[in-house]
This record gives sequence, structure tokens and C-alpha cells, in this order.
Amino acid sequence: MKLNEFIVADAIVAELAATDRDGALRELVTSLATAGAIEQGAVDDVVAALIKREQNGSTGFGKGVAVPHVKHPKVTKMVGTVGRSANGIDFAALDNQPVYSVVLLLSPENQPQQHLNAMNIVFTNLQKDMFRKFLRQSGTKQAIADLLDEADQGK
Amino acid sequence: MPNASKDIVVSNKLGLHARPAMQFVDVANGFASEIKVLKFGDEPGEADGKSVMQMIILAATEGTPMRIEADGDDADAAVKALAELFESKFGEEE
Repeated sequence: MKLNEFIVADAIVAELAATDRDGALRELVTSLATAGAIEQGAVDDVVAALIKREQNGSTGFGKGVAVPHVKHPKVTKMVGTVGRSANGIDFAALDNQPVYSVVLLLSPENQPQQHLNAMNIVFTNLQKDMFRKFLRQSGTKQAIADLLDEADQGK
Repeated sequence: MPNASKDIVVSNKLGLHARPAMQFVDVANGFASEIKVLKFGDEPGEADGKSVMQMIILAATEGTPMRIEADGDDADAAVKALAELFESKFGEEE
């Protein structure tokens, strides 16, 4: 699986306006709705589900990245986006450090394999020091989209 | 150093997604032993059982055969506790 199979380039937010976790989740889900990737009417429910998921255990897995994700009946096709915060956001991360890069993933229910494959490719890239560094430094939507393309091409 | 291992199969429907991976790492961190997790099958892999990211990258689906290996003074207890997580389907209903 490749990142561009589910990351919606139009929905990338190069500079999150939100300064807290819940605000960042809402901003990214709204961006997906604006890009037409999910229904506008699903935004509130999906954001609530993501917040609940974070409360059960932070998806801030350390090293400045978080991967909030949820399976939701109002999501008909797996979609994702990326948000970047220059100042960092408190995600209650495992290492207690701020999060600078957020990869958000929304999956339909009953497709666990697809979800695991997407998480696999997201974390395979996030494990790479250079990928995390470039992602944190990419200040425009295009720069982030280009970085994801390069990752998909194995550069 | 004593070591122990056990073969298990992923039995929960959702597979080894983020929550079970974190639960596994939490339990693994309670032991001094080094923990290694091997994934068999078409796309074999290996993870440090104390790294959430590495565990998620395994992307082990329901039915995937795996092996838990521990190396250290508390290896037996670690393998037992970690295998029980899989056997209990990580607390998931199916």
C-alpha cells in the first residue's frame, strides 16, 4: 500500500491553526470534509470518536508524531491527511513531548486488514529519522505532498 | 541467561492494531527481559516487543502465526503474560 492511496493531498494542513489536540483533530477532519473526502455531516461524530479514542490511549507514539485514527460507520472509504504544527501540540504523548506532525486516518468499519496496511505504511515512514525531520520542516501543502510522493517512490 | 518462547496465532478479528500493540508493549515493559516478536506467513517480520511503532508495523492480521521470544531473568513469566494477551484477544469481543 502507498500513502497516496488514502492521504488526501488537498486536505493537508501545512500549518495548523489549532494549538490543542482536540482543535487539531477538528481542523484536520474539517479539512477532509472540505476536500470532499468525507461528508460534512459526519465531521462532528468523527471528531468525537477521535477524541474518545485519544482519551482511551494517546496516539502520540513519541518522537514528535501522532497518528490519531478511528473506524467509523460514517466513513465509507479509508482516507487520511497530514497536519503540521510548528509550535507543537500537547497530545499527551507517550514520551510527554509535543507533537509537530499529525497523520490522521479514518477507516470504515469491517476492513481491519486495510486499516492495518495503512498503519503499516504510515509507521514505516514515521520510523525514519529523515522522514520525520523533513515532514516537520515542510512548511507548505505542496512540500508535504511532495515528501509523501517521494516516500511512496521509495526515495 | 534464560530464554523462553511461545508460538501463538493472532485471534482477535481486528488484528494487532494500535491499541493491542500498546497493550502488549505496556506489559512487555513490565519485564526486564528483552522481548522479540516474530511474524510468520507471507510477509514475515520482526519487532522489538517494547516498541509500539515496530509492533504496529508488523500489521499482523487475524490468523497470523507469530512467536514471542524473551531473553532475560524473567523470560518465562514475560512470555506467559504476553501470550495470555493474545489468548484473551486483548480484551476484544471477537
